[in-house]
Amino acid sequence: MKEVAQQLINGLSLGSVYALIALGYTMVYGIVKLINFAHGDILMVGAYSGYYVLNTFGVSPLTMVIAFGVSMVVCAVLGIIIEKTCYKPLRNSPKITALITAIGVSIVIENGARVLPFMGPNPRQFPTFKSVSRVYGGVSISNVQFLVFGVTFFLMVALYYIVNHTKMGKAMRAVSYDMKAALLMGINANRVISFTFALGAVLAAAAGVLFASSYPSIDPLMGFMPGLKAFVAAVLGGIGSIPGAVVGGLILGVAETLTKGFISSQLADAVSFGILILILVIKPTGILGKNTREKV
Amino acid sequence: MNKKRLFNPIILLAVSIITFVIIAAMMFTGVIDEYNGQLLTLAGIYIIISLSLNLITGFTGQLVLGMAGFMSVGAYTTAICIMRLNIPIFFALIIGGLVTSIFGIMIGFPTLRLRGDYLAVTTLGFGEIIRVIMINLGGLTGGASGLKKIPVFYDTDDFILYEVIRFGWVFGFLILTIVVVSNLIKSSPGRAIISIREDEIASNSMGINVAYYKMLSFTVASFLAGIGGGLYAIFSGYLNPTTFGFMYSVNFVVIVVLGGLGSITGTIISGIAFTFIQECLRVFEDFRLVIFGLALIIIMLFWPRGLMSMKEFSIVTFAKKAIAGEYSVKKIIEKCSVRIQAWKKKREVK
Amino acid sequence: MAVLDAKNISIVFGGLKAVTNFNLKIENGELIGLIGPNGAGKTTVFNMLTGVYSPTSGDILLNENDKGDNYKSIIKFKPYQITKKGIGRTFQNIRLFKDLTVLDNVKIALHFNAKYNALQAVLRTPAFFREEDSMTEKARELLKIFNIQDKENEFAKNLPYGEQRKLEITRALATNPKLLLLDEPAAGMNPNETHDLMNLIRFIRDKFNITILLIEHDMSLVMGICERIVVLDYGQIIAEGTASEISKDPKVIKAYLGEEADLGA
Repeated sequence: MKEVAQQLINGLSLGSVYALIALGYTMVYGIVKLINFAHGDILMVGAYSGYYVLNTFGVSPLTMVIAFGVSMVVCAVLGIIIEKTCYKPLRNSPKITALITAIGVSIVIENGARVLPFMGPNPRQFPTFKSVSRVYGGVSISNVQFLVFGVTFFLMVALYYIVNHTKMGKAMRAVSYDMKAALLMGINANRVISFTFALGAVLAAAAGVLFASSYPSIDPLMGFMPGLKAFVAAVLGGIGSIPGAVVGGLILGVAETLTKGFISSQLADAVSFGILILILVIKPTGILGKNTREKV
Repeated sequence: MNKKRLFNPIILLAVSIITFVIIAAMMFTGVIDEYNGQLLTLAGIYIIISLSLNLITGFTGQLVLGMAGFMSVGAYTTAICIMRLNIPIFFALIIGGLVTSIFGIMIGFPTLRLRGDYLAVTTLGFGEIIRVIMINLGGLTGGASGLKKIPVFYDTDDFILYEVIRFGWVFGFLILTIVVVSNLIKSSPGRAIISIREDEIASNSMGINVAYYKMLSFTVASFLAGIGGGLYAIFSGYLNPTTFGFMYSVNFVVIVVLGGLGSITGTIISGIAFTFIQECLRVFEDFRLVIFGLALIIIMLFWPRGLMSMKEFSIVTFAKKAIAGEYSVKKIIEKCSVRIQAWKKKREVK
Repeated sequence: MAVLDAKNISIVFGGLKAVTNFNLKIENGELIGLIGPNGAGKTTVFNMLTGVYSPTSGDILLNENDKGDNYKSIIKFKPYQITKKGIGRTFQNIRLFKDLTVLDNVKIALHFNAKYNALQAVLRTPAFFREEDSMTEKARELLKIFNIQDKENEFAKNLPYGEQRKLEITRALATNPKLLLLDEPAAGMNPNETHDLMNLIRFIRDKFNITILLIEHDMSLVMGICERIVVLDYGQIIAEGTASEISKDPKVIKAYLGEEADLGA
């Protein structure tokens, strides 16, 4: 029982990271109906940004905050650049064109990182706090996990506030509902879309720093798998639904961790994809997703 | 009427044989050296798999990102049939194709209702699942260390002879693939399949069982991809499960998109080009992939319809015209001057 | 003898009652018009009759026998099955196969009656060639009726709007229907084209011995050729009758124009 509870905590920690990434996927998909394949790689850039801050200034609560800040800014800028150069021109193109472009962007970022001397192909050790755990009723929670839960909670509250209580948030919701109508209402759709990409990138950046803190080895390809799994999480929760991304991320994190802990670590990846297939067969709109009918 | 029906296949057979003879001759005389011969054969394998992808993506409109998974099923099945069950190569390949098509049905069925992006990522997921399965079936597939020493097409010490025979096997199946895909597309079931790409709902309302034809497309495509995989297994002599990952699937997507979704000739041309260019770029090592990614982005931004768009180059029409003297020097000059005149007129108007 | 009997069909989307208690018995050979303000639910009715949507209550019976009576429910069938049973349709927003030629668009509608399968196609058997020629002939005949046979090798997306509409109807006709549903066939046409269309519709009804149910906003067409008119508003039938009857019906006038106005026939 204690084992299960422990793995549950571990799973929720991993799931929180997935949730942050999934939020980026779901917001972008909700607004431009594009699966941003390069989203996972933004996580990687966030991790490396944090790495450079912490490597230069050492690890402390202050430098952690700076690390988060720097990685968020770097990734937001990167996200906006990608959107404006690669995705915006294809907004009216068939889906497959945009999807392949996104794959291209992902390949460029991953392999660009491998080639760049200051990132390089070899894994680097991410600086972390000395691991200190507190034990509650037989279940131990490390300081990193506290960090994960804390940062995730904070970011989600901030996101909720932005989406539901600001003008920009309202604009985001309007554009994701009906872009043409939003344009007619005087909303600058381009700005809203850029903002959405930036917001998603910020969350991915935070996820990158958290992920690197939890599994302190970073390398240029580290974003591929978490990105893919976060996509599964977004679909699981209902793509386009913000609470759905959170729910999906947590479920997936727990499922994967329980599989790793009790069945086999090799099968953990397959389980994630198995969940994807299952949800697409049973309820394609996801747990919290809305049923959108195509007008005939 | 009867003349036409016999004429077309004869032209195609003639062109195929002539092409093979020319290439074989070039191999025997060393015009095509061993290195390029190998590349040409690999290009043939890639074209077979790309054609199968084009069938399901370019013609049926279903974006599949897990082709490498299908290929690996065919590869391992064929290798196991030859090595463990002593089945002759031809039948091992066919069985490889059949087993892969069973996988195709299993994967096609749950994905019938999925739209574009979801389908793409699901097939990607399936590709990954297949990879994990292959690694975990250690006893059968050699597990993570791979399957080694797969027997060759023909036992001989003569390098050049083997090269020609190996190319012959691939070429033969390539022609078969082209005929199957081409004949299927240019027919009523083919039009039904294409209508699914165009508008699923309208297609359904015109009496077409969309689910059935999607499955048909999936099954044929995975059968062909399985054969491609089997040929690859024998060609390479060694199978490593990590080869058949997502990036490998992307190669085929690139070939199909570059050549033009929905164009068979486009796929053939871009398959050859891709294989050779990929080799040339190997010099750059890791930069190669950066260039690759940039090329993808640039092509999608500026030439999304690919080389041939949805058009085809018909060998039969070409041959007929050639025989009728349409390509004599005089006629070509005539055609050029007509075009130049028209272009001049357009400029004057502006 | 009736072709179709829609019995009290209703459909609810989420909380919205799109269509409520729709009843319509269509007799063989009739030319019926379905009219109503925008959003009244007319296309939704079409979608239920063709299997695109499933009614949440009620039943739809199709007479499967041409000579006698054999009514079978069709609400559990998919669109392609219902098309095979003899209901053909066009779409309000044209749904042609844009990157295919005019001829191919029509040929696709002939597919489910084609007498060869995929294997025969790959092997190019004599049956293949025979059927292909026969389908091309049939398609050309149909295109001639609508006078677009000269454009048979044009891509559907390159046709002018009016001809695209005609191609939609040709394609639906190629499915050899007993009952043809036309969704706003005259949309975007000028009075001349509409007049030609009216004659065409009457012509195909007589020549092919089919029953026609059409949705239209163009009153000259509706009043001109429809023998019976059903008026829909907010998902419910508010009036039914001949052209002159419904043009004087105060409920119909109110639905279209508000109070106190004369529609004129």
